[in-house]
Amino acid sequence: MDKVIMAQDLSLSYSNDETIINKANFSIDSGSFIFITGASGSGKSTLLKSLYGSLKPKQGSLIVGGVELRGVTTSKLNFLRRHIGIVFQDYKLVKEWTIEKNIMLPLIINGYEKGVTQNQVDSLLKHVRLKHQSGKYPLELSGGEQQRVAMARALAHNPILILADEPTGNLDDYSSQLIWNLLEGANEQLNTTVIVVTHNIPRNLNVDYKHFNIEYGSINEVI
Amino acid sequence: MKSFKNHFSLVIALVSILFSIQIFIVVDRTMEAYKQNLANNYSIIIISQKKLQDKEIVEVSDLIDSVNELSADNVIERLNSGITEKNKELLKLTLPKFYKLTLTQYPSPNQIQKLRENLLKIKSVKKIEDFSHNHDTTYKLLLLFKTVVFVFAIVVFIVTTLLIFKELRIWQFKHNERMSIMALFGAPIWLRSAVLFRLAIVDAIIAGIITFGLFVYISSAPLVQEQFKNLSINIVIFDVVDDATTLFGASMTLSIILALMIVIGHKEEV
Repeated sequence: MDKVIMAQDLSLSYSNDETIINKANFSIDSGSFIFITGASGSGKSTLLKSLYGSLKPKQGSLIVGGVELRGVTTSKLNFLRRHIGIVFQDYKLVKEWTIEKNIMLPLIINGYEKGVTQNQVDSLLKHVRLKHQSGKYPLELSGGEQQRVAMARALAHNPILILADEPTGNLDDYSSQLIWNLLEGANEQLNTTVIVVTHNIPRNLNVDYKHFNIEYGSINEVI
Repeated sequence: MKSFKNHFSLVIALVSILFSIQIFIVVDRTMEAYKQNLANNYSIIIISQKKLQDKEIVEVSDLIDSVNELSADNVIERLNSGITEKNKELLKLTLPKFYKLTLTQYPSPNQIQKLRENLLKIKSVKKIEDFSHNHDTTYKLLLLFKTVVFVFAIVVFIVTTLLIFKELRIWQFKHNERMSIMALFGAPIWLRSAVLFRLAIVDAIIAGIITFGLFVYISSAPLVQEQFKNLSINIVIFDVVDDATTLFGASMTLSIILALMIVIGHKEEV
């Protein structure tokens, strides 16, 4: 099976003093569903940041989607990010854009035609049950609705990899269930690799998943 | 309303800057016209023992615009106290020649001094009247006016810079988040900054149009025209081609620099 992520002796830190991830070795198969757990401050979000290239490895090697992220150039990083969908706990929606335009963002960046873009956005809005709110701005929506928009944006361009940082952290049951359904759907139907950082793994999940735990700077698979 | 708000702050800053630039242009133009007025009314008289060729005098300095020989008749008329025609003719022959020199520009005291020295190098020139006392007073006044305009220009420059930096901070705050989010999805830098440049160009055009309209109105206002008439100065307050080009150029340059500074200073926030 193809590896979508390969880390060898990967060390991550924000400064020279404190190493958050220390010489980690792991790989992730393409099309797998992964949960990363760990205590607060253990380095879950830091690891996720390194996977989308916002934090460069201090030592070792980190290859995501065939791109070595240590010393990666801006154009290569942009290329990689065009094939990744990211969901943040704080949504990171563009406040001055309508939710429709927010969902459209990865499609515009990837150069999709206008007609395709509109069809895809309409379909995603239906999936996240927000079709009737398409002209609204993010701040006019509830937290759960904003996260559903962020989820739709992450799925819009059919990415090879979805990275989600506590996607249901502050959400109501209805929105949480909708998010998990969408992640499962992407993984099962589109063979998208899904990596979710979370405190709690949901019990009613219908996909096979792997579970990694971060403790004291080490990443270990929980079997 | 939202779109209006997006444009309002930069448009206001740009209009203030463009207004100051145009005011400075008008003041500078007024001063030049006033200086030309002074130059037109100012002349130097030289007295020569023998007749001189105009060319001989003009060659002394580039400052000399024209040479007119003054008729001796006026001088003799003043002395007219029963002098016979024959004696008058004799007197005319013995009287020195008077020349009035007009200058291309209003000279500085140093320029006058140098001109005086050069003119005295012509052997037959015996006396030069440059009305230096009057000239000095007027020149000092002009110098004071120039200094005031210079100080005004410095103040405008400082205010402009402050306005631009204030606007820069607002824009950085406003656009950084969107640019960071776009970067997370792999948008190249030109796409990330496209909105910013579009906003900058639109605002530059709006500010240019507002200032253009404002000065077209001001330049045709009877009150303003009357003020210039009182000063005996006839200038173009607003040149619809040259000034408009300057204003639109300045507006466009400023807002594009502003957008560029934001793009260069942008740091990805995650």
